[in-house]
Amino acid sequence: MRASYLTRRRLLATVVALLAALLVSIAATSLVGPVHASLRRALGPGGPSTPDYVIIVRTRLPRVLLGAVVGGSLSAAGAALQALLQNPLAEPHLLGVSSGAAVAGMVALIAGADPVSPLVPAAAFAGALGTMALVYLAARAHGRTTPHAILLVGVVCNAIAAAAIMLVNAIASYAQARGVLFWIMGALSTQSYALVALVAVYALAGLGWLVAHAQSLNLFAAGDEGAQQLGVDVEGARRSVFVAASLLVAAAVSVSGMIGFVGLIVPHLLRLVLGPDQRLLLPASFLGGAVFLVWADAAARTALGPAELPVGVVTALVGGPFFVFLLRRRLARTLP
Amino acid sequence: MTPALEAEGLVFAYDGRRVLDGVSLRVAPGELVGVIGPNGCGKTTLVRLLSGVLMPHAGTVRLAGRPLAGHRRREIARRLAVLPQDPHLDASFTALEVVLMGRAPHLPPLALPRREDVAISRAVLARLGVAALEGRPLDRLSGGERQRVLLGRALVQEPDVLLLDEPTTHLDLRHQAGIYDVVDAIRRERGTAVVSVLHDVSLAAARCDRLVLLAAGRVAGEGPPAAVLTAEALSAAYGVPVTVGWSPEARAPIVLARGRSGV
Repeated sequence: MRASYLTRRRLLATVVALLAALLVSIAATSLVGPVHASLRRALGPGGPSTPDYVIIVRTRLPRVLLGAVVGGSLSAAGAALQALLQNPLAEPHLLGVSSGAAVAGMVALIAGADPVSPLVPAAAFAGALGTMALVYLAARAHGRTTPHAILLVGVVCNAIAAAAIMLVNAIASYAQARGVLFWIMGALSTQSYALVALVAVYALAGLGWLVAHAQSLNLFAAGDEGAQQLGVDVEGARRSVFVAASLLVAAAVSVSGMIGFVGLIVPHLLRLVLGPDQRLLLPASFLGGAVFLVWADAAARTALGPAELPVGVVTALVGGPFFVFLLRRRLARTLP
Repeated sequence: MTPALEAEGLVFAYDGRRVLDGVSLRVAPGELVGVIGPNGCGKTTLVRLLSGVLMPHAGTVRLAGRPLAGHRRREIARRLAVLPQDPHLDASFTALEVVLMGRAPHLPPLALPRREDVAISRAVLARLGVAALEGRPLDRLSGGERQRVLLGRALVQEPDVLLLDEPTTHLDLRHQAGIYDVVDAIRRERGTAVVSVLHDVSLAAARCDRLVLLAAGRVAGEGPPAAVLTAEALSAAYGVPVTVGWSPEARAPIVLARGRSGV
């Protein structure tokens, strides 16, 4: 049974344990891949000129780090949204932000942007921000929003974006369509430490912003009026969390496409173990999501030998059944 | 003496239908004022206006002499606590976590509960007879236990004004009495002013210093229970024949609706 409230010691111990798990995972998965590479040779004399060094340090490590940042962002955003919208099914891609990113990224690809140029993530990021503003404004009346309205508008945005993607796909050439599909399914690849650093700064700022609102998110559990009666400026807190979560998702989706399930199952799993207090759950989700995606991507890189699976396929194939298993266990416990 | 909470000429309408039409009310520190009246007479709307989650279309609410609209949310929550009628809850929080939420307005946003917050919360749980349940998630508690935990959350806010919206609806006689015993003790110790909405008119008569009878959005009677609870006033307000008796032990009126069959 979990403790009856959150102490500083439990918060620190959990965060340190998860951080250690993340560091071990990053190191371990950097050594995993379809081609064997030796860490000893890479770091030995004349290391930087060996193929082992190129594989591990130039190719795998930036990709593993990007996976960690993306997994952490999606998972922390998912945890925050589940509390904000008071809906256990809320997940990062539900807000419509990802679809907006996908449409804009796709348009950039079809318009002839090189898939590896920074133009695609930039377009995707702009699309995500545009959609975020649209969803927020459409879900607002008399200066107020409701969780219900945000969810509905987000779902509708997703449907419209899905149709737009199909439409453009129908017009595009086969090669273009295939590139778009790969991107939409979610894939991690980068050799740029600068990109990783940029997204990491972004993600940590977003996480910090969310953690600053963790107590308000806890009080949202008392409903809008209950939260107000406990001293929360409900509309202000909702706007802040919505924007912070959207920005996290926008940054993640722009560099990796729509990787599903991380933002749903990781916070759920951690909530079962750690309890619902967001002051612990948010940082834990970030670290747990990072660990999860790093390993999922290692599987995506190795499962089919030299060919590569989109990591979104792995997260959905592993995450989906696992989620149903969790749900059934919970149902069996709560239903008489 | 400045009233702890004072409402003047409150008007509120949903979609143009007036549910409150010029309601005034004042509570002195340490006083327990009961609000009674038929379903739909605006009792819950009054509580929402008094707590500031709704703004009146006309009239003002003053907390310790200052208009509520001039306070920040956290400031209000440090002085005024509410036990809502239909509390909305995430059932996975433990009883102690829920009570600790009441300390939130006293803590900086990033802070974990301090030792003293935990001590205050545990003391309140003990006082309400649910100390042993502190580690249990809310979905493992009975209706009565849950209600006491929520009252605990309101009490650890250490408010000057406590608003109770039908706090005993799901409780048996012993727990009904128990809740008001705790409320009485808090009034004596801290001088907390209490406004309580009650369905049970006899319970209201037995426990409240003063009653406000609402009917169709207006105050139909106000004063000590014996003065407000007359057969004529109640029959008119509730639209049903009412018998009013007297309990010498409680030194309060006892009210019984006779129904139309004319018992």
